Amino acid sequence: MKKVKVLILRTAGTNCDFETQNAFELCGASVERLHINFLVNNKNKILDYDILAFPGGFSYGDDIASGKILANEIKNKFGSQVEKFALSGRPIIGICNGFQVLVKMGLLPESELFEQVSTLSYNDSNKFECRWVYLKTEQKSNCIWTKNLASVISLPVAHGEGKFIPKDKELLSKLNKDNQVVFRYSTKDGKEPEYPLCPNGSAENIAGICNKKGNIFGLMPHPERYIFPLQHPCRESSGSEYGWGKIIFQNAVNAVK
Amino acid sequence: MKFVTNCNIVEILNLSDKQLLDLSKRKVLSLSLTEMKTVQEYFKKLKRNPTDVEMETIAQTWSEHCKHKTLTGIIEYIQIKNGKKTKKTYNNLLKETIFKATVELNKKWCLSVFKDNAGIIDFDLKNGVAFKVETHNHPSALEPYGGSATGIGGVVRDILGVGLGAKPLANTDVFCFGDPTTKPSKVPKGVHHPKRIIKGVVSGVRDYGNRMGIPTVNGSVYFDHDYMANPLVFCGTMGVIPKNKIEKKVSPGDLILVVGGRTGRDGIHGATFSSVQLDQSSDVSAVQIGNPIVEKKVLDAMLSARDLNLYRAVTDCGAGGLSSAIGELGEKIGAVVCLDKVPLKYDGLYPWEIWISEAQERMVFAVEPKNKKKIIEIFKKENVEAVFIGQFTKDKKLVLKYDKNTVANIDMPFLHDGIPKPTRKAECKIKEEKLQKTVKLTSSELLMVLKKSLADLNVCSKEWIIRQYDHEVLGQTIIKPLQGNNIEISGPGDGAVIFPYAVIKGTKKGIVLSNGLNPSYGKINTYKMAASAIEEALRNAVCVGGNIEKLAILDNFCWGNPNKPEILGSLVCSANACYEMSKAFSVPFISGKDSLHNEYSIGDKKFSISPVLLISAVGVIEDVANTITMPFKNSGNKVYILGVTRNELGGSVISKIKNIKDAIVPNVYPKESVPIMKGIYKAIGKGLIESCHDASEGGLAVAVSEMSFSSGYGVNINIDHIKTADTMSAAEILFSESNGRFIVEVEPKNESRFKEIFKGLSVSEVGCVSDNKFVIFESQKEKVKFKEKLINLLNAWKHTINW
Repeated sequence: MKKVKVLILRTAGTNCDFETQNAFELCGASVERLHINFLVNNKNKILDYDILAFPGGFSYGDDIASGKILANEIKNKFGSQVEKFALSGRPIIGICNGFQVLVKMGLLPESELFEQVSTLSYNDSNKFECRWVYLKTEQKSNCIWTKNLASVISLPVAHGEGKFIPKDKELLSKLNKDNQVVFRYSTKDGKEPEYPLCPNGSAENIAGICNKKGNIFGLMPHPERYIFPLQHPCRESSGSEYGWGKIIFQNAVNAVK
Repeated sequence: MKFVTNCNIVEILNLSDKQLLDLSKRKVLSLSLTEMKTVQEYFKKLKRNPTDVEMETIAQTWSEHCKHKTLTGIIEYIQIKNGKKTKKTYNNLLKETIFKATVELNKKWCLSVFKDNAGIIDFDLKNGVAFKVETHNHPSALEPYGGSATGIGGVVRDILGVGLGAKPLANTDVFCFGDPTTKPSKVPKGVHHPKRIIKGVVSGVRDYGNRMGIPTVNGSVYFDHDYMANPLVFCGTMGVIPKNKIEKKVSPGDLILVVGGRTGRDGIHGATFSSVQLDQSSDVSAVQIGNPIVEKKVLDAMLSARDLNLYRAVTDCGAGGLSSAIGELGEKIGAVVCLDKVPLKYDGLYPWEIWISEAQERMVFAVEPKNKKKIIEIFKKENVEAVFIGQFTKDKKLVLKYDKNTVANIDMPFLHDGIPKPTRKAECKIKEEKLQKTVKLTSSELLMVLKKSLADLNVCSKEWIIRQYDHEVLGQTIIKPLQGNNIEISGPGDGAVIFPYAVIKGTKKGIVLSNGLNPSYGKINTYKMAASAIEEALRNAVCVGGNIEKLAILDNFCWGNPNKPEILGSLVCSANACYEMSKAFSVPFISGKDSLHNEYSIGDKKFSISPVLLISAVGVIEDVANTITMPFKNSGNKVYILGVTRNELGGSVISKIKNIKDAIVPNVYPKESVPIMKGIYKAIGKGLIESCHDASEGGLAVAVSEMSFSSGYGVNINIDHIKTADTMSAAEILFSESNGRFIVEVEPKNESRFKEIFKGLSVSEVGCVSDNKFVIFESQKEKVKFKEKLINLLNAWKHTINW
């Protein structure tokens, strides 16, 4: 069996790259964390990898708007390589700031369009918040990252700009129709949540979405922070010896094996 | 075009005493007359006047902030207890108390103490744990957001600058603020309203810590009117460092590399200004401006340079800027620096400003010439500015140049050791504490006191603050600051535990962090305050699974004006407590810091803070699986109290609520506490304890309630079963704040094994965790019983700070 190669892209202000690396490695992948400056000078290098990950953090301090500068930098400097990677069907994940980058780059939700049609804006509470949430998973989705999950799982969130806003209602209904809304904030029983269980006021409580094809996945919660039961506030597991986050990374590694 | 400015000559050779003092004040040098005269003498020998660069260099190097000259100076101390006077002279208070305890304890696992930017203890075969806690009080008073942000930034750089650099893993934050409900009309002129300070400080820590990607995992907030004009902001950072990177070495010929942020006019006189009392004219330009992303880039790049062995020494630019950093590295050998090579934010800085600016995010490295190119490349890859500005020499001189002109030339020995030792007088009158009149309350009054205690500013939930900090980034925070039996409830945790699995692959070990402080005891007795703070920090660590035999502590003294004998006396008294408690608990101090002169003047009136000693604990836990949280875990489990309750209401929450004047401040009894702490570690390791929480502010009633409402389980407590040392009323038992007490939950099947461990110690079974949603306390002896729904207690606790 071949070793799955993961590229974690980092830049000034990236700060969840170590734990994301660790999560992939635990799933049997070999991981490289590369600075964007390296990729700018080695544009085709990106195509050597099987999986691409945009980790959490505060890229460039989230100046202007979260993820915006990094999104523009990638798009302007090696956008066509990223597009090629995406259209080849290889898995891409954007976590928290990485999700903001994917959305602002336009790789989500409509990867073929590759234009920004939605945004992640300031939480309704108008402050950064770090807490655990319940997520209702979309069982009918073809997202390769979210298979084998229970109908409600829990993960931690930590963000100030996580409120998902689509361009218009049409886009929202399209996302629903195509089962692209893979994670929604919910109560423990999968019902409609109130603040703080919905930490940001997202449209329809959206926490994570994928593209139509199901290979690109972006989410505000941090799966890399729930790999072991020890990381859960009450030490719960996903039913196995791991946390729900591990399953998410494992799904992608298995998909390209 | 570059705007060129030059240096000036400062006329001091012919100045009178009065003129010398005027000069010190006018230039914010914060030097005393004796110190100014020493400088005058030195330049008389050189037969010339100093340049402004030289004057400023000496002032920064000799500042209280950098030299700690009060605590290392001579102190003539008089203690008056029960009318009896005892005298003692200290030649160096720190060395004769805190440091002495560490030397005498001589723990093999202490790898670096009191000599570098942080203390280091042993983690495993290959790694050590570094921990440092700093204060950033004056800046936070003037500009709360920038002050606290750069406080965090500064202490993170201490960790980057310890040895050859540690990787930061967690931050801690402790604040003392004025009462946020203060009427605006009661706020002194020139002072920000406490609520504004709180919001600014919290935002500053949030934005800096979160952007750096370092979780803020532990802290404490204390509110008291005394901190209205002088808020206290303590920032701590813990990191891990490979053992072979602990030693720095600087050799003549090594190049001086400055890395990171550019130098600007922000933070001029930060070091000397921290020794000046604040008033409404205090200068905000002494506060630095922070940029966490610049520091994050420095962190990323320098650790890769470290692992490639590309430099021989590093230190951070903190107080005193380049002057302190290069002065420290070159202290024993000498250095020459070209100030015009330092990258600037903008033109127009005087040479002295470049030299002492405390602009943020800068580190100084000593680089062997052969690595010159390689190290620059590493920084360039990550867009970090790195510029060589000079070289270490062997002539023991500090030489500064600007545009080829020499603007300073001072002997290193004079700069570092030429400071005259001041002699200060200190006096401490130990007040006699009297037992209060018995406090008897009815059932409904008891419940009222419990609810008021839970809602008290110093007990209530700090969730509003904690959730704004990313306390889980790095994914290693396995004992979190807020704890509940499901993700929807949050009770107050004791210590935090970091499991550094992503940095130290394959490890099972963890690192516990905790803190203790109680300034309300210090208003009555600073000895007991210090002793209680030490015990509280240790208890908090023990509650989550910390091993008392592997804990180390840090001190942070924040006091008023040390020129007043009674203020300095109260400090000496608590330093003595530090020595005695460190020895008695066999827990060494590994690092510390002091911030004196916390005084604000309005007109002729001077307001000093109540003294604060913050104790921060750090320790290594053998197996992270053996760590526990504080909420009750299951109905039917038994509740035990370990430790003795004494009639100690002095400085307590109930004494404030019920306006109790006389009362005894909680004392510390290490001989009782140490075996209990060891027993808890053993019992947690064997899986015999389900949950553990210590009794501190608000006493047993508050601690039991917290364990209950954070779990969703009720609890029945029989007050008559609580072991007391004195005859006490129900109110006194429930709300006394005696040290040394833990509430633990034990499964019935484990009871006999649990009791075996605590045989011969003070242990009492006091109740049972229940399925109903009520907290119930009952004493048949006193015929009182009160009962309250969990949700009501939770709400009382939650709603005080909810902005």
